[in-house]
Amino acid sequence: MSGEPDWQRPSPRLLTMRRVEVAAVTIVGAIAAFVVLAFTHIVAAIIVAVAVLLVGVGLLVFVTRRVHAWGYAEREDDLFVRRGIMFSRLSVIPYGRMQFIDVTAGPIERLFGLATVRMHTAAAASDARIPGLAADEAARVRDRLAELGEAQAAGL
Amino acid sequence: MSDEPGWRRLHPLSPVVRAGRGTIAIFVVLAPAVLGRRGLGSDLPQLGVIAVVVALGFVQWLVTRWRVEGDDLRIETGLLRRQSLRFPLSQVQAIDIVRPGLARMFRVAELRLRMGGSTAATARLAYLNEKEAEPLRAHLLALAHAGERAEAPTEALAEEVLTTVPTPQLVASILISDVGILAELVIAGLIVAAVLAPGAVVGLASGGAAWLFAVATGVWRRFNQEYRLTVARAEDGLRLRSGLVALSAETIRPGRVQAVRMVEPLLWRRLGWCRLEVDLAGRQRRRGESGSTGRQLRALLPVGDRAQAAELLERVVPAAPQPTRRAPRRAAVKSPLRWRFLAWGHTDRVVVTRSGRLRRVTVWVPLEKVQSFRRVEGPLQRRLRLATVHVDVAGRALHASLRDRDHAEGDEALADLVGLARRLRRVGGPAPRLPPGP
Repeated sequence: MSGEPDWQRPSPRLLTMRRVEVAAVTIVGAIAAFVVLAFTHIVAAIIVAVAVLLVGVGLLVFVTRRVHAWGYAEREDDLFVRRGIMFSRLSVIPYGRMQFIDVTAGPIERLFGLATVRMHTAAAASDARIPGLAADEAARVRDRLAELGEAQAAGL
Repeated sequence: MSDEPGWRRLHPLSPVVRAGRGTIAIFVVLAPAVLGRRGLGSDLPQLGVIAVVVALGFVQWLVTRWRVEGDDLRIETGLLRRQSLRFPLSQVQAIDIVRPGLARMFRVAELRLRMGGSTAATARLAYLNEKEAEPLRAHLLALAHAGERAEAPTEALAEEVLTTVPTPQLVASILISDVGILAELVIAGLIVAAVLAPGAVVGLASGGAAWLFAVATGVWRRFNQEYRLTVARAEDGLRLRSGLVALSAETIRPGRVQAVRMVEPLLWRRLGWCRLEVDLAGRQRRRGESGSTGRQLRALLPVGDRAQAAELLERVVPAAPQPTRRAPRRAAVKSPLRWRFLAWGHTDRVVVTRSGRLRRVTVWVPLEKVQSFRRVEGPLQRRLRLATVHVDVAGRALHASLRDRDHAEGDEALADLVGLARRLRRVGGPAPRLPPGP
């Protein structure tokens, strides 16, 4: 694209959050597998638990890369959102096409003070989501996008 | 209640027609009792149900009223949960007249207003007197067309017929289409089974009854919807009329077309036939439609040759380009079957893409309708230095995909298209009027 856009990144707390999620699920999974198998065969239990932990470590690396891949750029007329490692995606959403903007924060996100901003256009396939913004940044982005959307609104 | 000025009721026979198939089913249930001289005594529960249904239908009719209020169509309905619906006419995407079999028997018709916007609801006036429906539609369309011109002419506008599909060609085309071939295979299978093992056929037929029924309805629906489909050019848009049992008439307003696609199945290509379908705004499906029909596109030309298709295409998407830029050779690794067809092209206003495995599908999207762009690159594509650029519109089922382009070409295309779409939005993209007839 002409002129590399000025990429903004999600909050660093998103990475922490994703890591905690993966670690929690892995540890719980490993313990559960160990406890279930320990009654029948102690060696198998240890092997399975270690395997689960190793998968968890692998996921940790993957999640880190994925979080680093997220980015968004506010340009003059449109918003760029990029994401994904395996399937890398870049969405271009003109401000004028935005129909409404959601800010959602799930229980875990709230724990970390994060929120997800999602833009909706009239096309179902449009895919514009920015996760892991700090709550005040999310509000700022939402207001700014709403303002830009209103200024450039175009019909169907 | 309906004595206030302007408010009008629906046709009194509406409940009967609306009960539609239910009514027929009731007759079927009652028939043995009546014919078998068992007396109706044993059928009292059924009769009770019928009485309740009829009474509810009547009450529903009694409390429903509608009127045109300035630029809005208002419908009030409901006895216990009263609803007052407002449909701004300026957002009307298309108005259909639908006449199911039973409605034709009673000479009534349903008016369906498909609305745009993010809510994309459908206003239904079911049912109106047949004679009333057509002028009312013209009136509403005129209002929708120019909100300020409240005193619009109510007489039907002049129109010029562009194409009509000949029935033999339609039958032939369905016979060699995907649904048709499936149906033929099923029938052939049954016949073979009947010859080889007559005893097994009963079991097969009853076991696969649901399947048979589904295939038969598929074929029938297509035939019924596209029987004698006529496209006419009128002042207010392109008018489509079709139907064997259930008649429908629809007007596609200029500039409301989100995407057009041309489909050429394998067997059709030998005959030089193709099919042209349009996608309009309004994501939600109409009430009473199943998921599959809701995603169906409106056929402009169920079957025809390329010249006819080109002529109709010119009406809905003026100056449409042809896909000329082929995919690089190495895309064959990723898409061995459709690689042959992958191509795209664009002008300042329209982008076109072609793809398809056995069926060749060409999609045209006016750039001023574009909602967003996406560039996607999968693991295999990265290996091959390829990327896909999607162009999203607000239609129900279509979007254009520039599949498996070289990285550089994909990025350049994305930048170009984003820029062009921006310019068209800025200009406010005057809705392309239908070009004057020859």
